[in-house]
Amino acid sequence: MMENQVAKQNHFWQYLILILLTIFILIPFVLGFWTSFLPTAEISKGALWSSHLSFDNYRAAITQTPILRYLFNSLVISVLTMLAQLVFCSMSAYAFVFLKFKGRDLLFYVVLATMMLPFEAEVIPNFATVRSLNLLNHYAVMVVPFLTSAFGIFMLRQAFLQLPEELKEAADVEGLSHWQFYGRVVLPYAKISLLTLAAYSFLASWNQYLWPMLTTFSDDFRPVQDGLRQLQSQESFNNWGMIQASAAIVVIPTLIVLFFGQHYFKSGLNEGAVK
Amino acid sequence: MEQIKSNNSNKLKQISPASKFLAKSYDVNARDKYYALWFLGPSLLVLAIFVFYPMLKTLYLSFFLTNNLGQPTVFVGWQNYLSLLTSSSYLASLQATLIYVFAVSLLTLGLGLLLAQTASFQVKGSAFFRTVFSGTMGVSVSVAAIFWLFMFNPSVGLLDQLATILHLPVINWLTQPGWAMTAVVISTVWMNLGFTFLIFFGTLQSVPITFYEAAQIEGLSKTRQFFKVTLPLISPTIFFVSIITLIEAFKSFGLIDLMTAGGPNNATNLLVYRIYQDAFLSGNYGLASTESVILAVIIAFFTFLQFKILEKRVTYK
Amino acid sequence: MSIELQKITKSYDTNLVLEDVSVRIATGEFFAIVGPSGCGKSTLLRMIAGLIPISAGILKIDEQVVNQLPPQDRKLTMVFQNYALFPFLNVAENVAFGLKARRLAKDEVAQRVKQALELVNLSDFAERKPRELSGGQRQRVALARAIASDAKICLMDEPLSNLDAQLRGKMRSEIRELQQQLGLTLIYVTHDQVEAMTMADRIMVLHDQHVQQIGSPAQIYQQPQNTFVANFFGTPQINLLTVQHAVSDQLALDSFLKFELPTKLTAGTYQVGIRPGDLLVDFNQSQTNAAVRNLEYLGNQSVIHAKLDHGEEIRITVANHLAVGINQRLLVTAKPNFIVFDQQQRAVLFVRGGKQDGTDQIQQFQQA
Repeated sequence: MMENQVAKQNHFWQYLILILLTIFILIPFVLGFWTSFLPTAEISKGALWSSHLSFDNYRAAITQTPILRYLFNSLVISVLTMLAQLVFCSMSAYAFVFLKFKGRDLLFYVVLATMMLPFEAEVIPNFATVRSLNLLNHYAVMVVPFLTSAFGIFMLRQAFLQLPEELKEAADVEGLSHWQFYGRVVLPYAKISLLTLAAYSFLASWNQYLWPMLTTFSDDFRPVQDGLRQLQSQESFNNWGMIQASAAIVVIPTLIVLFFGQHYFKSGLNEGAVK
Repeated sequence: MEQIKSNNSNKLKQISPASKFLAKSYDVNARDKYYALWFLGPSLLVLAIFVFYPMLKTLYLSFFLTNNLGQPTVFVGWQNYLSLLTSSSYLASLQATLIYVFAVSLLTLGLGLLLAQTASFQVKGSAFFRTVFSGTMGVSVSVAAIFWLFMFNPSVGLLDQLATILHLPVINWLTQPGWAMTAVVISTVWMNLGFTFLIFFGTLQSVPITFYEAAQIEGLSKTRQFFKVTLPLISPTIFFVSIITLIEAFKSFGLIDLMTAGGPNNATNLLVYRIYQDAFLSGNYGLASTESVILAVIIAFFTFLQFKILEKRVTYK
Repeated sequence: MSIELQKITKSYDTNLVLEDVSVRIATGEFFAIVGPSGCGKSTLLRMIAGLIPISAGILKIDEQVVNQLPPQDRKLTMVFQNYALFPFLNVAENVAFGLKARRLAKDEVAQRVKQALELVNLSDFAERKPRELSGGQRQRVALARAIASDAKICLMDEPLSNLDAQLRGKMRSEIRELQQQLGLTLIYVTHDQVEAMTMADRIMVLHDQHVQQIGSPAQIYQQPQNTFVANFFGTPQINLLTVQHAVSDQLALDSFLKFELPTKLTAGTYQVGIRPGDLLVDFNQSQTNAAVRNLEYLGNQSVIHAKLDHGEEIRITVANHLAVGINQRLLVTAKPNFIVFDQQQRAVLFVRGGKQDGTDQIQQFQQA
């Protein structure tokens, strides 16, 4: 049938584009994973094939480098940051939506305006601050400055504004206090947005690079991004196999989280972006 | 009120409910300002210490020379600004940053849209492609750098091995100025694609199908549907994503640090990397603060633009 | 331009959505497709439009088989439930959208847009964006877009369901007038039985993947072919009363509420369908057979909800406002206008004024 021929032709081009793009996206992954199983000696000769496939590089990465410690550090830092942002951003957003007080809107715009200021442009005084607070080279230095975020407040305020006004009125009639209304109604109602913020703040913290590089000097507290930097500069004799294995150890957990969290992430992102 | 108070208690009892209500109306929000202190306090404290104070401090420092502890020594007024804006090395950094930012934004947007559009068609295996395309979102900056360092490596990297096989000239990707910029741009775009794809894909899904049906009834081909219907409908999201990408690109640091360290010949010495070098490697905190202010102004401008556009955006629901 | 559907069927994999839909729609006819949500009425409309492929059966437009034709070659227009107005185009550009897509000359486009906007009284709004219009105005832009094309077939998918009740009433007559004025063949999908009854020349009732009945509003209302159709049309709903019937010349619920049969029926269980307006009430009798449960005053009439002593709930409409209380006793009797359904829910007998009515149709339907 005519219709089907047309459809088939369209699909041919679609598949062609899809496959080319897939190659572009997958090649660095695939090559990275693949070389992590090859002996470094053969990689340095430029070989991409070897009969000696093994987990040796992984064993080496785990036993000879603090990669697992780095992962653990990042996990601690990111989880703490995420939890703190969930609590403090939601509380602030609550105040901006459900509390009536003088200067509320002005204050909100001031908070909003801070979204315009990149953290990167403020590292110099911030470094001096954490130094004088004696926070350097500790988990706290990577959590405390990020306990809250203007973006998170902004996003949750948008979500809370969607809450039907009747719910607040009903809560007033029932005599719920602000803490009760916040905990029992608002937070459950905005679950999806909270999950999105959780994912967001976790990833943002996980991907921090400049700040931990400036403020941590020991493997005990160094997060994984700077850990990989450390490995890469130390292994200057190009132990590619082990470096690729370390990268794989780092990326696999996030890929798994992404794979299962994709649904929430997508809907949340679009709540922020589209509505 | 005065009247009521001066009356004796017997008369008070006779006041009708309505006038009692007038006398003291109950205000549900009366205690809100005390609550506000508790709800907002922690966030405001953190923002004050780590955002407002450093902002003012950076601005302040940008008018001073500093000692190697970062303390201001000599007030120099606009001198730092003037010397930066006349320094060919800083202007080269600015230029490199602009080239990098616009190349990254255009490619990220174009490819992201192409990915989202092709993955939106219902074909066999489209779920697989969607998962792959969102994949780079799970890749952090160091991992991306390692993957691409390997790709670009002149002796063991895939690109130059392919070049050898195809008898093309071998490129020293990371040690030749023009190619180093290209390599950094490619790596950044690759890293951005997952996020961009997810946003565009979700937006495309949320366009009501009747718009396409209306276009189909009028006989618009798939290509014309894309340009006449899809693009204008999702233009707000395109603006949104482009601004986000732009801002993130201005702030790039990790990939630069890992892949080129600003080299070769400062070809990839982008603004943030320069701040880091001037402040923390050279101890020139005053000048670095000035650079920070300039960076902040640029980014604030684009963020402001984003808010303006978001305000005006069309909704199609 | 006539439209003919021959045994149109739609299935997704093994999932049957519509089966054997056949009808011939005449030129200039206002044809409504009605059914509850999920009955496949929008699917049917989209198959006619060419937006989704037909699984089996033949679709003819103007005596030509069009199964393989893409939508733009079927010479039709469509109005959507959400109007599908492009938010980035103003009113005039929206109306011109299809004309430009077909690459008509500029003057011609301008001329047609002007005419179409005049027809729907929106000439002053040509420069506005859709979001600056009220719901009713948006609806009219959608109509103008359909009118601007010279296609003589117009498909409408629940075009009024996003409007409030008052506007809906107004737009009903506007659409009907436009259709008459332009001589359009109009296929109109709705879930609202009132819309279908008040606007259409003929109605197709869809339910359970099948056509339940096709007929004029009067036929659908007076001679529903089964209990589904009887229930779906008419407010308040028809009363369906279950009766055990031994062979005799009447169906009796109790000694007062009786239905005289003009022909004999075999013994068995039947349902008698009687419209609320065909029941009579009397509050002044010493002998009664029901008690008032509730009373709804609607202005021009009142609806009495009563419970028969026999156990069934019934609805009765009376023309005037009654001062009756809950639990007040009354006598309910019936006018000789009723329908008898068999155990398969099919109509077997229509009685109007005590006489049998429309048997031919029953046979026709049962054969089909």
